[in-house]
Amino acid sequence: MTTPVTVYVPRDSAALSVGADLVAAEIERAAAEAGRSVRVVRNGSHGMLWLEPLVEVVTERGRIGYGPVAPEEVGDLVAAGLLDGADHELCQGVVAELPWLRDQTRLCFARVGITDPLSAEDYVAHGGLTGLRRALELTPAEVVAQVTESGLRGRGGAGFPAGIKWKTVLDTPGELKFVCCNADEGDSGTFADRMLMEGDPFTLIEGMTIAAYAVGATEGYVYIRSEYPDAVRTMRQAIAVAREQGWLGGDILGSGLRFDLFVRVGAGAYICGEETAMLESLEGKRGMVRAKPPIPAITGLFNKPTVVNNVLTLASVPTILADGAAAYQALGMERSRGTQVFQLAGNVARGGIFETAFGMTLGELIHTYGGGTRTGRPVRAVQVGGPLGAYLPANGLDLPMEYEAFASAGAMLGHGGIVVFDDTVDMAAMARFAMEFCAEESCGKCTPCRVGAVRGVEVIDKITAGQDPDGNLALLGDLCELMTEGSLCAMGGLTPMPVRSALLHFPDDFTARGKPSTGRYEEAKTS
Amino acid sequence: MASPDPSVTDRVRALVAAHRGDRGALLPILHRIQAEFGYVDSDVVPVLATELNISRADVHGVVTFYTDFRAEPAGRTVVKLCRAEACQSVGAEQLVAYAERTLGVKVGQTTPDGSVTLEQVFCLGNCALGPAGQIDERVHGRLTPARLDALVTKAVDA
Ligand SMILES: Cc1cc2nc3c(=O)[nH]c(=O)nc-3n(C[C@H](O)[C@H](O)[C@H](O)COP(=O)(O)O)c2cc1C
Ligand code: SF4
Ligand code: FES
Ligand code: FES
Repeated sequence: MTTPVTVYVPRDSAALSVGADLVAAEIERAAAEAGRSVRVVRNGSHGMLWLEPLVEVVTERGRIGYGPVAPEEVGDLVAAGLLDGADHELCQGVVAELPWLRDQTRLCFARVGITDPLSAEDYVAHGGLTGLRRALELTPAEVVAQVTESGLRGRGGAGFPAGIKWKTVLDTPGELKFVCCNADEGDSGTFADRMLMEGDPFTLIEGMTIAAYAVGATEGYVYIRSEYPDAVRTMRQAIAVAREQGWLGGDILGSGLRFDLFVRVGAGAYICGEETAMLESLEGKRGMVRAKPPIPAITGLFNKPTVVNNVLTLASVPTILADGAAAYQALGMERSRGTQVFQLAGNVARGGIFETAFGMTLGELIHTYGGGTRTGRPVRAVQVGGPLGAYLPANGLDLPMEYEAFASAGAMLGHGGIVVFDDTVDMAAMARFAMEFCAEESCGKCTPCRVGAVRGVEVIDKITAGQDPDGNLALLGDLCELMTEGSLCAMGGLTPMPVRSALLHFPDDFTARGKPSTGRYEEAKTS
Repeated sequence: MASPDPSVTDRVRALVAAHRGDRGALLPILHRIQAEFGYVDSDVVPVLATELNISRADVHGVVTFYTDFRAEPAGRTVVKLCRAEACQSVGAEQLVAYAERTLGVKVGQTTPDGSVTLEQVFCLGNCALGPAGQIDERVHGRLTPARLDALVTKAVDA
């Protein structure tokens, strides 16, 4: 009797979207047919999404990867020696040694793709709980100080220092305080929150537990968008396992710490990613943005002091506590410290997760790691920071991935999503879409956003139809000004960013409509 | 207004009871109703209002704010195509146009035989493998017209 061969097939929903479940079933079937015994483990995805489904086989040399594997190829692959790590067209070699992975600095995503996401044993074997144990040796104020000294800033978009927020909650007296994780991840081009929750949910639980200890909270909520049913399921299962293990509940790790955690599911409203709208939604109300002040740290969920942080912010905390603030702070540049989980998306040859210290240029990410466009055509535009982020032209990609460098270029790093477009993109259409999206998703509380976005669509339509272009361009400028200045939140306030950047960098797209040849592709090639 | 079917009322009461200990339970309850009945009938609004001790207007406001809660049942298969930026960069608009043409309905509509509802969605978190779409509960990536056809046919026949 031989020991079974361990085979990894991801359960991440991106992998499932291209057939990973069928591949896993085929492997079991083909192995049985060949008389081989296998143990199929459903791991998270390493984030090399162009290789999904990526099958890994454990051998003496390490984990050998094959991908992208179509279900109908499995039979041949097994016959060709997949279970022994044999060479093949689809064989990628030892996965951990692939340059794409080797060149990353994986702190937040250290375990994603490597472990079985719901195995408590795997979690501990790969360094899990070290951060929480260390935190419990410190006072809450010392934990907050560690987070402050690490330089960690909110990964949800605004980049607010996490330690300062936590200190406010710690210093606000209250019997009942909350930790809320913002897992609404509505931005196009972003999927890191989802992959972390599906691939290593215990890290988020550990980060939230550390936050609870640091600020004196006893109850936590993870607000996950309903578009992520797999993440919802995995988080709920992980919370149940954590309770069994004593990682959540009335006496966490025997320390006397009490904290419990619940998953809540959104209902298809982008605005519920804005933190105060999320709190309203958690209270069972419409997702209407609240005026600030008061800030959630003092008057948050049910008016109690509340930490609201993004998934990646909270999931970065365990490593900060485990290895110390100084180690985290040593990475990055200027006021952007540590690592950011960048997401390469859209028309890109090699899309996925790339976690690295702040400072790598956008161009290096797109060209060296992303491999340029998927279509093979020239890159023409890149949108960074989600639907409210700026469009950058192909000759503006030497920007370092860092909060302030982006801000001074009139752009936004946001949640780290990078969406690549080739030279067939119509930038007037993208600007129109930004307004259309805002009109669709506005919470409706303030006029500049609610009415401005609808007007914005109309005005752009007039411009591209050639109706009084100069007058309408001026009107569009005024409208953008009004939305920027007069909106209550960044939904209306930042929608002008993609619109204005499209106008600034691609003005021809707004006037060329209906005319024979625009020369617009030529411009893209020479820039 | 038609008075709610007593069995529905009982079921809604039971769902509310199951969430009695939850803070701000309205959304979780509405999700359960949506999952069980396929839509949130206007008849359940007064029941929820009474059970949760909030106004009908407040319940109605919440139900209508969120796109997930349907006023009417959807078709037997729900096809959602992503129209957000990353999917647009790899041809989502063309795919949506194709689906509208072949299904003979616009986004937001259900085919006359009630088999398919076509909807748009803004991002499914599958932005490196676009164009993405969701058919019933499952997300699919790298969609092409042919792959979409095959998946829709399979779902409709199931
Ligand atoms: C329209 C809008 C949508 C937002 N969506 C999200 C989101 O999906 N996820 C998120 O973490 N933050 C989102 N934010 C930012 C949150 O308001 C808030 O800044 C964040 O949750 C704070 O956590 P952090 O400091 O850890 O980033 C959004 C903001 C706006 C204005
Ligand atoms: S800017 Fe838009 S989304 Fe934000 S509060 Fe105003 S209406 Fe609501
Ligand atoms: S805030 Fe997430 S990409 Fe912009
Ligand atoms: S933009 Fe389509 S899945 Fe994200």
